[in-house]
Amino acid sequence: MTSPGITPVMEKTAGTDTGPGGPGGAPARRGPVPVALLRGLAGVAGLVAVLEVLPHTGLVSADYLPPASETVRALWQMLAEQTFWTALGDTLTGWGLGLAIAVVAGVVAGVIIGSVPVLRAVTASTIEFLRPIPSVALIPVAVLLYGTDLRSKLLLVVYASFWQVLVQVLAGMQDVDPVADDTARSYLLGTRGRVRHVMWPTALPYVMTGVRLAATVALILTITAELVIGAPGLGREIAVAQVSGAVPQVYALVLVTGLLGVAVNLLARAVERRALHWHQSVRVEVTA
Amino acid sequence: MTVVAVVRRTLLVLGLPVVLFALWWFATADSTDFYFPPLATILESFGKVWTGERLLSDVVPSLLRLTAGYLLAVVVGVGLGLVVGMRRTVRDYLEPVLELFRAIPPPVLVPVIMLFAGIGDTMKVLVIVSGCMWPILLNTVEGVRAVDEVLSDTCRSYGITGTARLRHLVLRGASPQIVTGMRQALSIGIILMVISEMFAASNGLGFTIVQFQRSFAIPEMWSGVLLLGVLGFLLSLLFRFAENRAMAWYHGLRRAQRNP
Amino acid sequence: MLDVQDLQKIYTGRHRNVEALRNLTFHIAEGELVCLVGPSGCGKTTLLKCMAGLLAPTRGEVRLDGRPVDGPPPGMAVVFQEYGRSLFAWMNVRDNVALPLRRKKLGKARERELVDHALEVVGLADAHQAYPWQLSGGMQQRVAIARAVAYEPKVLLMDEPFAAVDAQTRAELEDLIRRLWRELGVTVLFVTHDIDEAVYLGQRTIILSKSPTVVQEDLTIDLPDERDQLHTRSSTRFAELRAHVYEQIQRAKHHSGDTEAHTEAHTAAEDRIPEPALQKIEP
Repeated sequence: MTSPGITPVMEKTAGTDTGPGGPGGAPARRGPVPVALLRGLAGVAGLVAVLEVLPHTGLVSADYLPPASETVRALWQMLAEQTFWTALGDTLTGWGLGLAIAVVAGVVAGVIIGSVPVLRAVTASTIEFLRPIPSVALIPVAVLLYGTDLRSKLLLVVYASFWQVLVQVLAGMQDVDPVADDTARSYLLGTRGRVRHVMWPTALPYVMTGVRLAATVALILTITAELVIGAPGLGREIAVAQVSGAVPQVYALVLVTGLLGVAVNLLARAVERRALHWHQSVRVEVTA
Repeated sequence: MTVVAVVRRTLLVLGLPVVLFALWWFATADSTDFYFPPLATILESFGKVWTGERLLSDVVPSLLRLTAGYLLAVVVGVGLGLVVGMRRTVRDYLEPVLELFRAIPPPVLVPVIMLFAGIGDTMKVLVIVSGCMWPILLNTVEGVRAVDEVLSDTCRSYGITGTARLRHLVLRGASPQIVTGMRQALSIGIILMVISEMFAASNGLGFTIVQFQRSFAIPEMWSGVLLLGVLGFLLSLLFRFAENRAMAWYHGLRRAQRNP
Repeated sequence: MLDVQDLQKIYTGRHRNVEALRNLTFHIAEGELVCLVGPSGCGKTTLLKCMAGLLAPTRGEVRLDGRPVDGPPPGMAVVFQEYGRSLFAWMNVRDNVALPLRRKKLGKARERELVDHALEVVGLADAHQAYPWQLSGGMQQRVAIARAVAYEPKVLLMDEPFAAVDAQTRAELEDLIRRLWRELGVTVLFVTHDIDEAVYLGQRTIILSKSPTVVQEDLTIDLPDERDQLHTRSSTRFAELRAHVYEQIQRAKHHSGDTEAHTEAHTAAEDRIPEPALQKIEP
């Protein structure tokens, strides 16, 4: 029994009108999603339209900001060229390899440090000092040692991503419920048993968060290394296009890196959710 | 704290750094490797390079650009974040676009912004703004969305609306997330400060360090790397100090929630 | 003073509509202390939000002093159940109490006086500088009550304010409300799901049916005006009233705007069957 003739007097309460018990937070699975999706698409379309029209108005010179159609054309041409795919492959290689090394190193170091209280106490200050050091500080060192080699890229990527993983693993190992730990102790589980059955499961959500953060950071540093050092990849292509004045190509490549970033985000979130589908914190993070 | 506890704590904090430093010192003491000069040499050049004229001509301009860009990014990010976060329709329209902008690795903005703004200070500040604002913006949006509903109702029933609501409820309620965004933005800002100077500049930390590297002034280059490291550390220390003061209530609240 | 007339609230969702309130009519006179009680999930909070002007009813209206409520009216204060969420965690106790007063532009001196007095009467005279999260649950709710008192409302709406505090604190807070009501001459509507509380506190108890909600009974509590936890609760009349309300609530669990009241005795097992919180209505 609905009464379509009667509209709420106070529009501001509309947000809570969807139903009792489920205000705010994530939209219901079948609920307002289509509207949001349509609006989102409209937003993207609007951006494209603005980018298309703006250069024609003369407000922004087309030399600096080519119309969207031109950028798309440049992208289309690029997709047909082998160099683009090689560059994309180089970028993905640097990102994937660097991330993998950082994750393995971060998890191993984190589990060892996190499970030995003395080690944690001794290393805390050093970690706090090394972590905020910007990895771009290592650019000259990388150039000197490895030139434009893949190892140059890896040095930056691994250094930057390693801390993201390590810090999260350590936080996770520390978050262990004291009751669970006491229970494990009272059943005479050894250090290894406690790490495996109590600490690691507690830390897993943190590890996944660390991996997700590291994935983003790794992409940024991969592109940085290519852009600044000239290691082969999309970043170098951008630098080359910019120097040669191929403005539409610059934008097309920037768009590609953006899409790559979105893909990395989505992938990392999907992996996180899949690995933790049973875990409470995922739900919390999704709704919060 | 007893004397023993103080000594123990000092040892824990300083122990490993001292050991590592000593290790570096002695391992490179007799180094004849061109790329890895003795630490003593690096420190000596550190004193020579970064205390005199270069402090004013390179370090200060870099820090000024970082400060300007970062503060501008905070203003723009929080401002837009409030607008987007408080209007559901605006959020629906803009969310995918914002996600795309956020996902663009900030360094690629350097060549793009160079097209518009040349290679001067404006370019560098703009690069820092356009890289730093996204984490702040998106975290502000999250924070505004997460403002407690009961508290929001409380404000309405007491007639706290308009700017008073914005100031006392929305901004403060979203501040934990805003601070998270600002922390992320700070490390991006430092990266962009250095990169924009490495790319195209006539002064600044990034520029000078790359010059040292290109001219094979190795101890000077290492001293620059060291300086960047110290700078990153100090800025994060400063941030944490400011955060601890501004967000004392939040840390207290979290502690209270954890140990009821 | 406070009139609720033919109030209906339907939550409209994308795929279903939920009728929380069917048809509610009652009246609260100036200076009364009325309790609202009903089975859990019966739309008490919805009703209170409609009365506070925080939620627009689908049909019917709420009038305060003859004027329809179409937004939070001045002169009305609300105390919510979730004390932890209704206080500003970033303000100390004093600022929490003072904030709603700023809009009134009473002048510094008067503002200070009101805040001091409000904190005094709720027994928090020495907690001005503390942050809410440094206090116990009961004390936090006292801050929320002090905020309402300082606001000098004509009507005080309380939404299960003591549901989340322990039993001893609860008894103290109940007496605090009785005292404040008598001292300030304020009209109080007190929503609760606790039967003892509903009988102990009010002059009248309005018993609601389950959702979609109607008024099941409007009961006068003819206990003496002087009440205290020990003697009032052990009196015969209290026990009778309590039993009566209990019975009505049990009946209310099976009675809603959709069903006719029925008087059959039901087994304890039946009572334990969890009822759907909200009735589904086909659009």
